[in-house]
Amino acid sequence: MFILVAGFAATDIWRFLGVYLGGKLSEDSDLLVLVRTMATALVAAVIGNLIVFPGGALAHTSLGLRIGAVALGFVAYLVSGKRMVVGIATAEFLLLAGLYLGF
Amino acid sequence: MSTWTSDATTPRSTWFLRGVRAAFSLPGLILISSFIGFAALAKDAGVTVVQAAFMTGTVWALPSMVVLVGAIASGAALPAAMFAVTLSAIRLMPMVMALAPEMRAGKTRQCVLYLLAHFVAVTSWVLAMERLKRVPPHMRTTYYTGLGGTLVTTNVIVVTVVYAVADALPSAVSAALLMLTPMYFLTSLWGSARERAGHVAMVLGLVLGPVFHIVLPQIDLLVAGLIGGTVAYGLHLRRRKVRVA
Repeated sequence: MFILVAGFAATDIWRFLGVYLGGKLSEDSDLLVLVRTMATALVAAVIGNLIVFPGGALAHTSLGLRIGAVALGFVAYLVSGKRMVVGIATAEFLLLAGLYLGF
Repeated sequence: MSTWTSDATTPRSTWFLRGVRAAFSLPGLILISSFIGFAALAKDAGVTVVQAAFMTGTVWALPSMVVLVGAIASGAALPAAMFAVTLSAIRLMPMVMALAPEMRAGKTRQCVLYLLAHFVAVTSWVLAMERLKRVPPHMRTTYYTGLGGTLVTTNVIVVTVVYAVADALPSAVSAALLMLTPMYFLTSLWGSARERAGHVAMVLGLVLGPVFHIVLPQIDLLVAGLIGGTVAYGLHLRRRKVRVA
């Protein structure tokens, strides 16, 4: 029930509104830009928390290793011409290598 | 894939199957890997396997699901959880707005579009925006049903299976799985940002999230989203004013 209300309803309302408004509102209208930047910042905050305050097995790794792996993985993503696989694989490799070497 | 013909005589079932096949492309596989990460995350947060699978099918937006799992884990009240998830899902609206006109052909019924809108999330959206152009207009809803339906079904199964075996994994593998979600978000969010303001908002959010997690743990995501988003928007307006002047 909790999931239905706080999850399903909260996400699909935007999808339905999107169909309803499709074509009525301009993609670059100022309101939409604000909405997008807020949503982006919120999801980025989720990412930041997952890296800085992780749970489970990841919580036993050092903060420096996690940030280093993510940062270099992101650099690899940018350098490779925004190829997600390269970024993700690099970060994972560095994390595992770091764990193996005892960082 | 580039050899697809927009032959009007190709039957509907073929277009459906082509949509299904598009789900098993590189972005689709990356999505599966991040759902593997989500299953590990959900289990770790004490969410049951039924809840995790149900969430995958009904919410179908990873960032919102991670926010929801976080809310459940921290025992947040329903209104607070709903507000955070609502805010995290806003980005779906402009995505659907961009996609709906692509799929609307002559006699496409509105209710079909509302149903298909549920499948819209980053991966299926990116794939659809890229490939719908090569699908004849009256076959696009069929194609997207195959694509979106396969992505959802596959990942519900992935979540269930991974949840079941997660305990048997060595801790280094579990750590690596938990790392998949933030890396997937980081790269896909950066890639999907339309304007510079999106990148600014992202950097602000990355820093503000952990900061407010310490300062205001109950509403950290909301505050980070509101402040980061508003600041990025302000810079966006100023840049534009400078350009116009």
